[in-house]
Amino acid sequence: MGSHPTETGLIKGVGAEARAVARARAITLGRAGRAVGRGTAYAVLILWAIISLMPLYWMVTTSFMLPDEVWKVPPTIVPTILKQMPALLATGQWAEAGKLWEQAIDSYRFLFQSTPVVRWITNSVIVSSVATLGVLLLDSMAAYAFAKRRFPGRELLFWIMISTLMIPGQVTLVPMFMIIRDAGLMNSLWAVILPDLSMVFGVFLLRQFMRTIPTELIEAATIDGASEFTVYSRIMVPLAKPGLATLGILTFMATWNSFLWPLIVLQRSELFTLTVGLKTLQDKNLVQYGLLMSGATVAAVPMIGVFLIFQRYFVKGLTLGGLKG
Amino acid sequence: MSGVKMAAAGAARRPRPLWQEIWRQRSAYVFIAPKYALFVVFVAAPVIWAFLISLQEFRIFETVWVGLDNFRRVFGSDLFWVALQNTLHYTSVTVPANILIALVLASLIFPLKSGAQTFFRAAYYLPTVAAAVVVAMIWRWIYNYSYGLFNFVLESAGLPRINWLGSSAYAMWSIILMNILIPPGTGVLLYLAAMGSIPQTLYEAATLDGAGGYARWRYVTLPLLKPTTLYLVVLSTIGSFQVFTPVLIMTQGGPGYATTTLVHLIFNTAFLDFNFGLAAALSVVLFALIMVFAVFQFRWLASDIEYS
Repeated sequence: MGSHPTETGLIKGVGAEARAVARARAITLGRAGRAVGRGTAYAVLILWAIISLMPLYWMVTTSFMLPDEVWKVPPTIVPTILKQMPALLATGQWAEAGKLWEQAIDSYRFLFQSTPVVRWITNSVIVSSVATLGVLLLDSMAAYAFAKRRFPGRELLFWIMISTLMIPGQVTLVPMFMIIRDAGLMNSLWAVILPDLSMVFGVFLLRQFMRTIPTELIEAATIDGASEFTVYSRIMVPLAKPGLATLGILTFMATWNSFLWPLIVLQRSELFTLTVGLKTLQDKNLVQYGLLMSGATVAAVPMIGVFLIFQRYFVKGLTLGGLKG
Repeated sequence: MSGVKMAAAGAARRPRPLWQEIWRQRSAYVFIAPKYALFVVFVAAPVIWAFLISLQEFRIFETVWVGLDNFRRVFGSDLFWVALQNTLHYTSVTVPANILIALVLASLIFPLKSGAQTFFRAAYYLPTVAAAVVVAMIWRWIYNYSYGLFNFVLESAGLPRINWLGSSAYAMWSIILMNILIPPGTGVLLYLAAMGSIPQTLYEAATLDGAGGYARWRYVTLPLLKPTTLYLVVLSTIGSFQVFTPVLIMTQGGPGYATTTLVHLIFNTAFLDFNFGLAAALSVVLFALIMVFAVFQFRWLASDIEYS
């Protein structure tokens, strides 16, 4: 775009003229018309934002409702704690505020005291952390070779790997189950971690990323006597950091949220991950919505936090993985 | 200087025996080996094995090759056709609706200032980061007949309550409605990224030709978003064909078989009935269906895309 100096000059000229035309048009249309248009746009966007966030609000408020508040008709849109707590704190009624808090966290107390939820959280953290670190290591190694090395079979090996991206996971469900069962890995966290480590997406993503790293850097380092491993660990990994961060976050989220496979291979309660635990919680307490929503909140809040902190990596991951295929 | 370079290039291009080249590049294979081993064991081999399993019947003490019997049973079972119909129903409504919504939301967000852009992008993507199990549990509560949010809204508007998940007439529509009301966060993100990469000069040229806001969107933005739309159509069709978690959490496939989808059927066949052969045959059929749809969509949508 605009590599030729006169070309950019011409386009700039066009732009100035266009802006003048637009300005003239805006004046004839009138400010009111445009304000109405913008107002409508905002109204639609805000309405959808409310619809979008409403379920999460409903989840969190239900989890903090007083024991009998869940079963009220009409439903409690603003729970008591939200209504009364600010006033109590403002007027310094600490004892009352404490009592209200104690009642409001009733669901959480039940969740943490009567279910193995701490165990489930621990399992989820273990699975997601090990899988994420493993994926980052293995995928960056493979991506380096696929991106920067020339070796016989490179295209074929890469093509075989990438062609499986389109295959729906359910196809491998039964054979994977048999492999895990026959390897004696049922009811172990490895049964969840190993298939996570074999996901192909990261190799593709990191290869895209590493291809943009100039080959001259590698050549220069090799001339200076750097070994293969030094090139990988001192040049490729540091320069691919944004790509690694993206992959790491996406992997952590995918493994934390994964459900179907852990549901199949984990059958003992003390080995459940959080999502599987939530499902059994629901099976046992079909209508204890206060309890169920507190469990749901515990599972959702870490991911919401990760997303809010690392938002820009999500955009990068989705566009890199998606559009430049 | 350039002569030396050319000589070096000539030497590198002289064909070397394959095994010698492989040996020379052995460290590259070492870098790939761990990932590839896992890939072969947990992805490639299972894919091939799935086809073999679909030709077998697993009895308690023996495994029998039964040829295409499992496939005959799949196509001969009413439940398969019900599940297929439910899956197609779900897909045919949610995929177009979600893509249309993503397009409208992204188009409205794009002209905003970057602060507002960031806010709405986050608001629409946020529900997507919660686990499908969590989302399904929340919506089961929203759809609750006596105490749920939706029936309260209906009653407030003077309308009768709806048995959202408990009646076979509404259950599938309720799952569809949930999927439509959760904004398509990925679609919005991808459309926004695509809109950002459209050269400004095109808009300026269009303005010069007298195009207003709508005309610019219709004749500049929309055509250039087509590759993104194609990608989203294929991706979300593949995803919709695999709908499972909401079904398991909200309706268990019922009432009756009103919300039984193909993946739910595969799950039940494999892990409740332990009929591995039949389940594998079902998954092969699902795979074939997805491939047919993807190829068809590529042909149909990509016909007039020009990649530059």
